[in-house]
Amino acid sequence: MTDATADRPAAAAPRPARSQWWDVWRQFKTHRGALVGAAIFLVIVAGVVVGPWLWTYSPGFIDIRARNQGPSLMHPLGTDQLGRDMLARTMAGGKVSVAVGVTAMLLSISLGTAIGVLAGYFRRLDNPLMRVTDLFLALPLLPLLLVMVTLFRESLSGRFGPEAGTFILIVGAIGATSWMQAARIVRSAVLAVKEQEFVLAAHSIGTRRRRIIFRHILPNVLSPIMVSATLGIASAIITESALSFLGLGFPPDFPTWGRLLYDAVDYLQQYPERVLWPGLAISLTVLSVNYVGDGLRDAMDPRIRGR
Amino acid sequence: MLTYIIRRLLLAIPTLLFISLAIFLLLDLAPGDPLSQMPLTIPPEVKEKIRIALGLGEPMWVRYLLWLRQFFINEPLHIIANMTGWDIASGAQRVISWQTRSPVADIIAQRLPQTLWVVGMSYLVGVLIALPIGIVSAYRQYSLFDQVGTFVSMVGFSVPTFFTGVLMIVVFSVQLGWFPSIYDTTLRVHDWGSFMQQVRQMVMPVAVLSLYNAAQISRFMRASMLDNLNQDYVRTARAKGLTENVVVLVHVLRNSLIPVVTVIALGVPTIFGGAIITEQVFKVNGLGQLLITAIYANDLPMVQTLAFIFAILIVLFNLVADVVYGVLDPRIRYD
Repeated sequence: MTDATADRPAAAAPRPARSQWWDVWRQFKTHRGALVGAAIFLVIVAGVVVGPWLWTYSPGFIDIRARNQGPSLMHPLGTDQLGRDMLARTMAGGKVSVAVGVTAMLLSISLGTAIGVLAGYFRRLDNPLMRVTDLFLALPLLPLLLVMVTLFRESLSGRFGPEAGTFILIVGAIGATSWMQAARIVRSAVLAVKEQEFVLAAHSIGTRRRRIIFRHILPNVLSPIMVSATLGIASAIITESALSFLGLGFPPDFPTWGRLLYDAVDYLQQYPERVLWPGLAISLTVLSVNYVGDGLRDAMDPRIRGR
Repeated sequence: MLTYIIRRLLLAIPTLLFISLAIFLLLDLAPGDPLSQMPLTIPPEVKEKIRIALGLGEPMWVRYLLWLRQFFINEPLHIIANMTGWDIASGAQRVISWQTRSPVADIIAQRLPQTLWVVGMSYLVGVLIALPIGIVSAYRQYSLFDQVGTFVSMVGFSVPTFFTGVLMIVVFSVQLGWFPSIYDTTLRVHDWGSFMQQVRQMVMPVAVLSLYNAAQISRFMRASMLDNLNQDYVRTARAKGLTENVVVLVHVLRNSLIPVVTVIALGVPTIFGGAIITEQVFKVNGLGQLLITAIYANDLPMVQTLAFIFAILIVLFNLVADVVYGVLDPRIRYD
């Protein structure tokens, strides 16, 4: 989606070298933290996607005689209490954590964008939708998430299998409870855009509303959406790890970063290094994503750009 | 102002009713049976009697209204009766925990002090750290201090509290042995030694939570100071010949604190939510841990009550933030 809209203004502009997205990229490049963050995030994503092909050790393989080992050539990050390879488990866990983060972000951002655009564009829907948003903001989210996960885990696991069921549940629960900020931001951006002349012009030549929204409004409110999408990945990863850390996330034999941390806490006294890898992975991912979000926000703010 | 507050309080009632309905329905429609833990040898007709005794046989709306009456009329009456010794609540049904068979309010009253101590202390420490950092970062924008402060606060709210907490336990309890890793809630402070013990066991949970709070508040403080530092009135104050200290710490700081105070008020309820995880890490038996154990034990009345208390806190502090904003900023009039 991003690429398609990124190309279109470039082709339409008289001087393709200075399109809006080129400017954004130029400003983004000057934010050193954001560049480093983007690089680290890409490395982590590549590591968890490509890594299992290079390091073919199975994350579920139990070698009870090699349990609780320190780092060695056989096991670069050591093994856990059942002799499972920690490097393979960290990569497998990262795949789930990143997948949950990205999917939950996509869900919450689509929900937030839909509600924000509807509330901003149709005046009749504005008041009820924003009241609903306020109500959701007043909900105690973490307690409700915990309750949702415990109550619906078994029935969903029964229907879709333990892994897919928990994935659907956690992604759905996080997505359903984190769209409010995006909705508010998108609504205010839509309110500003819809009063401008080009929307009036489109309206006056008889463009239908749906086309105005998709063709004229959405591309113009894309930058706040992208910023909150980036920050949404970070918060979704943290929420998933927190649920797993409290023992209410994925099933025990199914590694995620939060789950690995939760399992390692039991052996904190004897093998303190084991909490380090999943914890570092979560922290680095979230930190780099937050930096990218920070850089994007600066880059897309026309008041700062060109400085 | 008073009419605004009254109007907001009236508006809070439907909000809270809706939230209570949401919490009630979520728990009511969910699969899972409170009797599923009972032995299978109990005959079905006895099981049915237990269900009726637990109030599960009534239609949904009756149970919701009864729950509302218990929560909003009976419980406050009992609390008043306990405090004053009046006999106004005898016979009124209380909200009973399914785990312990004792009133939910009593258990919460036992657990509340631990949460308030740890959470309140960490919020206070966080604010006290964050304000000076924010002020200096903004005053010396792009200096080394600002860069380091930005990085530390970025780390502070990116690294989850369950990792910083565990990391602190590894370093300060396992390696150095300075602080206990488990919070001893049976400790009574009666002399200097036990007071020092209490301080030592509070250091780590408070440090973890206050790092997280300070990270966010210092960013707001910095942004708010930067907004004000380039205003005309600052130039006027300097032109009058006021010293730099007075300009920054009196004129700029007072105006910059207005949005920060509302952010601080808005953050209070989320802190209770974040404390759930920290309490779990350090085994503090506060409200958060109570919620987790209640969820594990399928103790519906306890979960409903706790979730609703968190909701009340959120609504209340949203109101406080709006009112404080109106009081502090004379440009805002709610009439």
